[in-house]
Amino acid sequence: MSFHPNEVQARARIASGLVFGGLLLLLGTFFRTQVLQNARYVLASEENRLREIPLPAPRGIIYDRTGKVIAENLPGYSISLLARNEDSLRTTMRRIGELAPVTPEQEGAAVRRYRRDRTRPTVLFGDAPFALVSALEERRVEFPGLIIQSAPKRYYPDGPAVSALVGYTGEVSDAELGTEAFADYKAGQQVGKDGIEKQYEARLRGREGVRFIEVDARGRVVRENAREDLRPEAPAPLYTNIDLDLQRFVAGIFGDSLIGAVVAMEPLSGEVLALHSAPTFDPNRFIGGIPFSYWQELQDDPRRPLYNKAIKGTYPPGSVWKLQTAIIGMELGLVSMDDYMERPCTGYYQYGNRPFGCWEKKGHGNETLAEAIEHSCDVYFYQLGLKIGLNRLIAGGIRLGSRERTGIDLPAENRPLFPSDPPKKYYDERFGPQGWSNAVTLNLSIGQGENSQTVVSMARFYTALATDGQAARPEIVRGRAERTRIFQLDAAQLKGLQDALANVVGRGTAAGSRLQGIAVAGKTGTAQNAQDANADHAWFVGYAPAEQPKIVVAVMLEFGLHGSRAARIATKIMEHYLKQKVVAMPLVDG
Amino acid sequence: MHTRRIPVDWPLPVLAFVLTAFGIAMVYSAGQTDVSTRMELLWRTQTVWFLLGLAVAYVITRTSVRLLEWGSVWIYLGACVMLMLLLFVGTGAGTAASTKSWLAIGGVRLGQPSELAKIAVVLMLARVLSAQRTAPTSLFGLWRPTAIVAVPWLLIMAQPDLGTGIVFIGIYFAMLFWSGVSWPLLVMAASPGISLILAIGAGVWGAWFFALLALLWWKRPSALENTVIVASNVLMGVVAPVLWDKMNPYQQNRLLVFLDPSADPRGSAYNLIQSQVAIGSGGFFGKGFTAGSQKRLAFLPAQHTDFIFPVLGEELGFLGVTLALGLFTVLLLRTVRIAARSSTPFASLVAFGLTAAWFTHIVVNVGMTIGLMPITGIPLPFFSYGGSFMLACWMSVGILVLISAEGRGKADGLVI
Repeated sequence: MSFHPNEVQARARIASGLVFGGLLLLLGTFFRTQVLQNARYVLASEENRLREIPLPAPRGIIYDRTGKVIAENLPGYSISLLARNEDSLRTTMRRIGELAPVTPEQEGAAVRRYRRDRTRPTVLFGDAPFALVSALEERRVEFPGLIIQSAPKRYYPDGPAVSALVGYTGEVSDAELGTEAFADYKAGQQVGKDGIEKQYEARLRGREGVRFIEVDARGRVVRENAREDLRPEAPAPLYTNIDLDLQRFVAGIFGDSLIGAVVAMEPLSGEVLALHSAPTFDPNRFIGGIPFSYWQELQDDPRRPLYNKAIKGTYPPGSVWKLQTAIIGMELGLVSMDDYMERPCTGYYQYGNRPFGCWEKKGHGNETLAEAIEHSCDVYFYQLGLKIGLNRLIAGGIRLGSRERTGIDLPAENRPLFPSDPPKKYYDERFGPQGWSNAVTLNLSIGQGENSQTVVSMARFYTALATDGQAARPEIVRGRAERTRIFQLDAAQLKGLQDALANVVGRGTAAGSRLQGIAVAGKTGTAQNAQDANADHAWFVGYAPAEQPKIVVAVMLEFGLHGSRAARIATKIMEHYLKQKVVAMPLVDG
Repeated sequence: MHTRRIPVDWPLPVLAFVLTAFGIAMVYSAGQTDVSTRMELLWRTQTVWFLLGLAVAYVITRTSVRLLEWGSVWIYLGACVMLMLLLFVGTGAGTAASTKSWLAIGGVRLGQPSELAKIAVVLMLARVLSAQRTAPTSLFGLWRPTAIVAVPWLLIMAQPDLGTGIVFIGIYFAMLFWSGVSWPLLVMAASPGISLILAIGAGVWGAWFFALLALLWWKRPSALENTVIVASNVLMGVVAPVLWDKMNPYQQNRLLVFLDPSADPRGSAYNLIQSQVAIGSGGFFGKGFTAGSQKRLAFLPAQHTDFIFPVLGEELGFLGVTLALGLFTVLLLRTVRIAARSSTPFASLVAFGLTAAWFTHIVVNVGMTIGLMPITGIPLPFFSYGGSFMLACWMSVGILVLISAEGRGKADGLVI
């Protein structure tokens, strides 16, 4: 032991130096962390305690052409959870299940949303019933991390009447979230799934707001409104060309019993006044998650309510298409309105060793083109088609739009089915080189055969007939009219065609649908149904008033048997629209 | 009745009291969370422990250093037996539930005997070192003090309690130094441990080993010692990686996180990151007493005990940290002064040993909250919540006051 005072003093100096140095080193480090790097750590501590709770934005309101509401938002509630892990999420769902029924699908959906995005509060119920909301509000303490907030809920006041048009909204799906187009969507958000809602998603979607809440390390909500909210923003309303009153009327005519579709357009601008597909579904039931039973019911219905028959369904156009044969013949200079064909109609036309029948078994006798249109004489059109020839008939049909989508602003419009050019290649590929003959020309010329048109495409074609040979692109949302010339006839030829169409309703195949005081022009069609020979599809496409068309209406009735039935519906629609218009006009002017 | 007035070294108990008051205030604040817990009332318990410690300290001041010296053997043996028993009956607590540091009877946790064992080791080591006429000059001459520390150290590492183990090592080297053991000998004694730590990086270890060889060539210890030192260093340098592989993943993690806190931010680094965020976000003036959001919202781990200093850093800022560290510095300088002025080698060694224990606690605890030291369960004197520790701290204060009262004022020239 060496404890000489001098030695001890020296050691004490070293020890004091060590104490001083050690604590100075600590102090220096604290200075660096607390003073120099303060900003960085303040940020980290804010990020720790603040959670951003998204505030759902209302979707844009959809109006009809007169300012009536097609789609709006109602106040609703969403329930979400700041879950610590999947187990706590499941436990919370189970405990909510003690208060209100929770289906396994709802739990599964919540877990999926959680897995997709763990940083956001997981939406448990996008549209919670009020009873559940109040029950949970009472037991708030028992459910840490639970967030109940108002969430605008989509509502369609006319429900089923507008379903084919607006579509519906739903939660963005996992598949969608994986794609580029949905890069800025988050699990649990609502998105347009069909119809206008889907087509105009970008314009209808609002800007989500943010609420800041304070949470503790276990994710329990400690303080709401920890910072000022960023309010959600609603987008500008969407104004459509739809005439809601007419749309309701159309839906009313179809009711529950008829199956088919209607497209009503303004012929010059292409504005879609009404678009309907029957039977319908109730888009309101899709909001906040469609009940499985309802979904199953819609899926199992053989009448396919979810299938938009106006833009997706394709049907043999039958006699409605005969106008294309006529136009092609006239454009080629092969026929004029007053020309007869070589052979009069005796109820059938013998082509080679095979007779091709006319719908009128008694025959129409010798008729001009105008009369043949009026009476829809098949034999006349067989001969005209043969005169034109298969190549020119198909090239002409393609030019008239028989093989292209109309470009209507709705999602997933189907392209009409029609042979492609050159026809030989098309038929060789379809039936084999030996599998077909020139007889296909006869079928094509009366709108049968390899020809299947959508209701909207026939409506578009008739906008050209109703005007000057320019077809208008159907527009649901107000935009710039886009018209394309599809045929070129001189004024006399066009007048001849239009007169013939007027006579169809005036005294021809649709004479039973005449209206008081309004001249209607149009063409019936009865198309063979591939599935059931005794249940032909019925068509009518026409316009009114004949002298100055204001509305083009295409009606297709599945299993409608005869075009005259479709004609009755079409003329009622025209009458409703035109009479309402007469009344409405002074109001606008005054 | 025999009474004796002693001249009390007032600055020491006053400093200790100020630190304790500061500490209890922080324990109170640590209990103020947004979601109330039973921790809210711990400051009261802590106050009771302080009062108990104060009473024990007072009793100690009424004894004599001579009595302490006589009793040191029994205290030491008692502590060792207790630690041994603990391996069979000890229980864990809180975050260290699997360890055996707690003495409990009938499910009621009485305390952590290892806190008192620190004082026992200081007393025993002081007695052995002061009994030797000259300081050991050879490595083998160190066998007695080494054995005295090694027995309780091994018992504590078996609990396991790495934090307390570190404190023992601090006490051991500090007291050897104070007894006059030369620094080259201290380096040689410490060399295997240093090798073990440096073996993590081969290049660093190589440089260290080279420096050690130079030291041996200069000091020329006996051939046997030479062999033992070189062999043990090589062994540690080679064994370390093997030991590393044998470590539990959580132990590896702790060490890795110390080396690189961003290595595993969701796992073990969580505590360190949250501690640093609390301290760093405090800034210069702090968020205000009881107003720390990291603490309020429970992001801080063990905020009453091992991580109480971040609460101070967050709420009182750099100013509060400077005040606390300043008070600690003055306290330690004061106790070094007491050690330097004490009348006997035993008293001097005890005073310095207790100083070393506090210093190790402070540097390791405060250092770990800010990433300077690996995270070990080691409390901060006068601050961390814990009965045995508060008691041990005030017993130390009592012993130091007693020693100061008997001091001869040898080191008047010391600059304090």
